[in-house]
Amino acid sequence: MATEILMPALSPTMEEGTLAKWLVKEGDTVSAGDILAEIETDKATMEFEAVDEGVIGHILVPEGTENVKVNTAIATLLEEGEEAGAAPVPSAPAQASEPAEPARMAPAVAAQAHSAPPVELTPDWPEGTPMKQQTVREALRDAMAEEMRADEDVYLMGEEVAEYQGAYKVSQGLLDEFGSKRVIDTPITEHGFAGIAVGAAFGGLKPIVEFMTFNFAMQAIDHIINSAAKTLYMSGGQMGAPMVFRGPNGAAARVGAQHSQDYAAWYAQIPGLKVVMPYSASDAKGLLKSAIRDPNPVIFLENEILYGRSFEVPAMEDFTIPFGKARIWREGSDVTIVSFGIGMQYALEAAEKLSEDGIDAEVIDLRTLRPIDYGTVINSIMKTNRCVTVEEGWPVGSIGNHLSATIMERAFDYLDAPVINCTGKDVPMPYAANLEKLALVTTDEVIAAVKQVTYR
Amino acid sequence: MAARRTTKKTNVSGDELKQFYRDMLLIRRFEEKAGQLYGMGLIGGFCHLYIGQEAVVVGLEAAAEEGDKRITSYRDHGHMLACGMDPNGVMAELTGREGGYSKGKGGSMHMFSKEKHFYGGHGIVGAQVPLGAGLAFADKYKGNGRVTFTYFGDGAANQGQVYETFNMAALWDLPVIFVIENNQYAMGTAQKRSTSTPDIHTRGEAFGIPGEAVDGMDVLAVKDAGERAVAHCRKGKGPYILEVKTYRYRGHSMSDPAKYRTREEVQKMREERDAIEHVRHLILEGKHASEDDLKAIDKEIKAVVNASADFAKESPLPAAEELWTDIYA
Repeated sequence: MATEILMPALSPTMEEGTLAKWLVKEGDTVSAGDILAEIETDKATMEFEAVDEGVIGHILVPEGTENVKVNTAIATLLEEGEEAGAAPVPSAPAQASEPAEPARMAPAVAAQAHSAPPVELTPDWPEGTPMKQQTVREALRDAMAEEMRADEDVYLMGEEVAEYQGAYKVSQGLLDEFGSKRVIDTPITEHGFAGIAVGAAFGGLKPIVEFMTFNFAMQAIDHIINSAAKTLYMSGGQMGAPMVFRGPNGAAARVGAQHSQDYAAWYAQIPGLKVVMPYSASDAKGLLKSAIRDPNPVIFLENEILYGRSFEVPAMEDFTIPFGKARIWREGSDVTIVSFGIGMQYALEAAEKLSEDGIDAEVIDLRTLRPIDYGTVINSIMKTNRCVTVEEGWPVGSIGNHLSATIMERAFDYLDAPVINCTGKDVPMPYAANLEKLALVTTDEVIAAVKQVTYR
Repeated sequence: MAARRTTKKTNVSGDELKQFYRDMLLIRRFEEKAGQLYGMGLIGGFCHLYIGQEAVVVGLEAAAEEGDKRITSYRDHGHMLACGMDPNGVMAELTGREGGYSKGKGGSMHMFSKEKHFYGGHGIVGAQVPLGAGLAFADKYKGNGRVTFTYFGDGAANQGQVYETFNMAALWDLPVIFVIENNQYAMGTAQKRSTSTPDIHTRGEAFGIPGEAVDGMDVLAVKDAGERAVAHCRKGKGPYILEVKTYRYRGHSMSDPAKYRTREEVQKMREERDAIEHVRHLILEGKHASEDDLKAIDKEIKAVVNASADFAKESPLPAAEELWTDIYA
């Protein structure tokens, strides 16, 4: 039976084209791969090949015809020995059988609305648990060591993590305990070793990748986002990358523009990643253990200045903190200060000073930025009616911006003042000590913002 | 083509030759059908056909064992069919339907099969190279004796991450075979306009990785080289490079008019070096099968491909709820 040769779509956007030239004539025998015609698309002139063998029956659309719709029959192809018969009338383009457009889904954020948990000073450990003083650095190391003891598939790789004992000494002692098979020094080649780690995660391991700092992870960001974050979705759920990318993030001190950047908002934007940014040692430990166990790629943003800071850590056998649960550090009724990571230092200092002026601030540490515990923030604002956010990163597209929009959507009627975002300044980090101080967010700025939203 | 046809009078069996014929023909007919469905608007976006390069994956799969892994770029349909993935599932992914390997969420460039140890389907040029070394890293860590075939093109061979990976793969003796499918054009740029040296397989020398050039239009030569590479890796001697010289008959993607080469050049390759014709000739010359036997295989393949196209047209679009699934495990 004669088959119709249809006007092909020859680019992702082509809807019609010009049949510039026929390279065959009626009665010609063609085989698969022979050029039949030249077709001008919106992009270029393309050669159009036969996909089957046969004899050209009728040419239905003469050369030079413009605006030939895709899927219009342009010729007929006969099988061997078949008669051409009368020329059929050129048919309208065959409709691709596309079902109706998919139903629009409500945005994810709205779907989660009105499910706020009750405000409480939730302890992350049982009452009466003995506590010990530990630095953030030690807490991170303990978290890795405990998880590596529990699961053979967990390993650590990065620059100077093994023999040097960690550029910031976070991995101190791990090589001795776990050996060079599981604590691996890499060459200085972030793009390459991040890719190898993602591949290892595809292959069933649970890598912890230490970036000496997250500034260098920009060399590896293609693998973090395109390879690690998106594969579960692109594979229809067949495989993903259970792994942790960790290291210091944000400004250290006097290291200049290329070594002082907060990536919280960058990574928090990516579906498929989880993003953690702890402040205290107990959070660093409990959240890193959760991150290592999590079956998704987790960005774990540490801070060099906080590494040496000591906090109380519960002396527990197996202490973890779930993602998506903010911590209320301080209850208050006049204003809600929301922060995370080193921003908490300014938030807590400001709250302390504000209390001397009779302003009672509630201070919330988000702890994880993906997922974000919107409920705790909204519930707090329903009580205080005022909010200030604090972070070290740049102002445009900041976490504070996102929180402000969410608060406006969900708690507009509860607000007595516009939300203020305290952020780092919109400049590359300068080197000079005085300028660096000016570029960072400060406790005084947080205090001023609180006074503004409380009209004091 | 620098590489010559290297097939000796082999002791390859008639059954094996027929299997090669069948496997390569499946890829070619499948790809022709995919091109046709693209023309009909049933496949969208980017679609990179493998026509002309069939002997590369079919020859190397013949050197692989159960459990070995493979990973490649966006020109991936041939690799999936060669490792035994279901043509229906591949075609339905091309049409973006529920029955596709990624439930319609990946498309031509992003397909995976854990069952068949096929790790994608990667759309960023060169990204699959460290990923493939990482798969090999996991196998070495587990000590399971598996190897990973990491395919990339002559274009990707100029990516920096390839050399970062060569360094670490050699440093850590990873059981990875780097298969450079040199089809001579990185999109529209001929190799000599983009690549400083003609022999890409020598680029491992700086890292201590052995490499060889292979005639990619001769499936027996490819299998032979594949076996050498696999043996090297399985012995724990680290990575191996195969630069397989091949040729793509179609444009880089469906919207590429391929004006950067002459029609005569393509025609010459098709007429003189076609890998399927080569095997067909060996089968007939060796009297392993008759013309009629081969016609029967052609018919059988055509039926499989047509069935995959029917499946890919009939499979429903993914449910709207699928938008929100598989983001997190």
